[in-house]
Amino acid sequence: MSDAAHAHPGHHTHPTGIMRWLTTTNHKDIGTMYLWFALIMLFSAGSMALLIRTELFQPGLQLVHPDFFNQLTTMHGLIMIFGAIMPAFTGFANWQVPLMLGAPDMAFPRLNNWSFWLLPAAGLMLMSSFLLPGGAAAGGWTMYPPLFIQGGISYDLTILAVHIMGLSSIMGSINIITTILNMRAPGLTLMKMPMFCWTWLITAYLLIATMPVLAGAVTMLLTDRNFGTHFFNAAGGGDPVMFQHIFWFFGHPEVYILILPAFGIVSQIIPTFSRKPLFGYASMVYATASIAILSFIVWAHHMFAVGMPVAAQLFFMFSTMLIAVPTGVKVFNWVATMWKGSLTFETPMLFAIAFVCLFTIGGFSGLVLAMAPVDIQLQDTYYVVAHFHYVLVSGALFSIFAGIYYWLPKWTGHMYDERLGKLHFWLSVIGMNIVFFPMHFLGLAGMPRRIPDYALQFTEFNQIATVGAFIFGFSQLIFLTVVLKTIRGGAKAPARVWEGAEGLEWTVPSPAPYHTFEVAPVLSK
Amino acid sequence: MKGTWQSGVGALALVGSGTALADYAYNLQTPASGVAQDVFQLHNLIMLVCLGIFVVVFTAMFYSLWKHRKSVGHQAAHFHENTTVEVIWTVIPFIILVGMAYPAARVVIDMKDTSSPDMTVKVTGFQWKWRYDYLNDGIGFYSNLSTPRQQIDGTAVKGEHYLLEVDEPMVVPVGKRVRLLVTANDVIHSWWLPAFSVKQDGIPGFIRDSWFKADQIGTYRGQCAELCGKEHGFMPIVVEVVSEPDYQAWVAKKKGAAQTAAADHGRIFEIAELMARGEKAYQANCAVCHQENGMGLPGTFPAIRGSRVATGPIADHIKVVMNGRPGTAMAAFGPRLSDADIAAVVTYQRNAWGNKMGDLAQPAEIAATRLRVAKASATQ
Repeated sequence: MSDAAHAHPGHHTHPTGIMRWLTTTNHKDIGTMYLWFALIMLFSAGSMALLIRTELFQPGLQLVHPDFFNQLTTMHGLIMIFGAIMPAFTGFANWQVPLMLGAPDMAFPRLNNWSFWLLPAAGLMLMSSFLLPGGAAAGGWTMYPPLFIQGGISYDLTILAVHIMGLSSIMGSINIITTILNMRAPGLTLMKMPMFCWTWLITAYLLIATMPVLAGAVTMLLTDRNFGTHFFNAAGGGDPVMFQHIFWFFGHPEVYILILPAFGIVSQIIPTFSRKPLFGYASMVYATASIAILSFIVWAHHMFAVGMPVAAQLFFMFSTMLIAVPTGVKVFNWVATMWKGSLTFETPMLFAIAFVCLFTIGGFSGLVLAMAPVDIQLQDTYYVVAHFHYVLVSGALFSIFAGIYYWLPKWTGHMYDERLGKLHFWLSVIGMNIVFFPMHFLGLAGMPRRIPDYALQFTEFNQIATVGAFIFGFSQLIFLTVVLKTIRGGAKAPARVWEGAEGLEWTVPSPAPYHTFEVAPVLSK
Repeated sequence: MKGTWQSGVGALALVGSGTALADYAYNLQTPASGVAQDVFQLHNLIMLVCLGIFVVVFTAMFYSLWKHRKSVGHQAAHFHENTTVEVIWTVIPFIILVGMAYPAARVVIDMKDTSSPDMTVKVTGFQWKWRYDYLNDGIGFYSNLSTPRQQIDGTAVKGEHYLLEVDEPMVVPVGKRVRLLVTANDVIHSWWLPAFSVKQDGIPGFIRDSWFKADQIGTYRGQCAELCGKEHGFMPIVVEVVSEPDYQAWVAKKKGAAQTAAADHGRIFEIAELMARGEKAYQANCAVCHQENGMGLPGTFPAIRGSRVATGPIADHIKVVMNGRPGTAMAAFGPRLSDADIAAVVTYQRNAWGNKMGDLAQPAEIAATRLRVAKASATQ
């Protein structure tokens, strides 16, 4: 350590306190900040979800005004996607990609700093828009015009925040792609690198391809709102549906941006606790790439109820169904990896197994929704809400929990409290199913989404969902406790934290020193 | 092995149909048209396929979780990559999907075939109500939520059809192919009737079509399915399917009512009459935003009580009500309300809740304003 410090005298003098975090170019510091930011956003948007569920506990308007209800659903969606899930995955990428590749840092450390520090600004804009006249944007996270044209100043602020977050994502992606393509340890070929790096490489390309599209769409919204253009106004020769096409051309790849890194994390964890290599490494890579490519030709399945020609309806139905094939390959691969392994069930593995099982339920409801005629019944109902929460909560979020438990000992040097971790797991998995499973029935029975009040026949399932939401929501405080406890102390973690763990990150001590791999590692075998 | 697989699917089919029969709240609503029946069956089929795959895959996984535990001393095997297995689990799902695609495509083609209708109804979404125009019979009307505000606020007991009831339902004859031309006036709405499996977005400036043929006489209920602002949850759809003679009688009644309304246009109204009529029209059209007490919602919807418009020149007031305020949620009520209703609502707003202008508007003035606007746009 001290030799390394002498070789780089600058490292002695890096700033401390707040200046350390503001000026840092260290991938571990930046990764940590991304993850804390994501956690704060998770709790903010989660509180909004609890307010929503409280209002929906019984029919009638009790707690919130309908307009405020729409503000809550809009901000819950935007903040969870852009503030919690995406930054959490970028945080993992910052910590893990250089460690997994044997690289000393990210390719562009200063860009990295800026990518992160844009986010709190955008997050602050979204949160503070609640305080503006008229409250926050209430047009839905999908921002459909003409409804989104009607609102006040906070709508412009939301558009600006989306722009900034997009900018942050694009810069982060450039950084990740450059790091992965150029900074792998000698001998670590692309087809040998950990699956997490592969999924992030593909995700980063998706981000670069689609974020500018979103930026274009919201810019047109902005000029329609403020500068008299008519991109989305039929009276001026525009078309409101054009926004939906552009938005979902971004939006569907975005769905995979939110899930591919999750696939990567789970593909690291399952082999470790099965003590057996990933069954089909190459087919996993190809399946990930296929999903990414298909994601560009399925967007209009979000728009079956808009009314498209038969040919378009059929094309988007078939292409959407096709996604089930590579997704199936992934699930089969995870099961085959566990098959005849030597399994143990530490908290990361529990979350990973729950991921495989529950994500598959979300996949199946996706298949049901892919059938255009059935989708006509289920579009914009609670069935869709159930579907995307199965893939985003028990999918993306559970993989994030799994990844935190898996790598936290490496990051902090301490083992987490396994008993508390398991308690967090069980309460989360039970709570999550109580919230979201009944929503399938609500949607089938005909309850539209985004409504603050509902007809009497929907009461029971809504009450069950609300109870589940509180169990799920408050059990996340256990997670916070575990993380804080692990940072402050706990059993000393060895370099190779898990018996079955493979990869370069387990060759450095725990906690990982501030600077790692200043000399490229030599790969064994 | 084959036997257990078959009995497994049999058991699942039983569970599936059992829940479907016991209470429709676990499945799609009872279908009331041929297309809805097809969709219902398609959904059951795909659910069965999904359940089958789920059981097979996760039986394997949980068997492995139980048998291949380290705690029972299982040693890890080290196999990986097997081309045969990987090809099989790529091809089998593909074949299943092709099997699903065929029946689904048939229903899509049927759903989109709006040709040779027996009648055509134009459906227009407004913030926050529906309008139905019967193009063959020449009648048209708005359909508003009829659940009293007190039930929503919890000060009255909620009725059986809470939030799913309207003042004027859409009425159609049984067994007729009804073509719907769906559009919207302000933002995107979506006309959804689950029992007919019709969901069609109404897009301002564009017309999209859909169709249904109701099998049985009865009352069917649905809701707007596309977020359209504050009262999105409060614009239900009610369709009454009646026999052909009942339908004809309903059409005759509607036409008679239209004639009575037309007679109002030339009349001179007393202020008391205008205030009473204006209050009704205000509650139906204005109160959702500007509130019953005229106070609006600070920051979102302006107050009318003491406002510059309601206490300023009456001609400007009429203009705002008739033309709306473009780019805001304030719609143009000129095309929506009759001359008498506009006169009444303006009079009401100027003389209610402490606004004491004392003046009034007559239907003739509204008609004159309409004429001026029409002339101005003709000369442009």
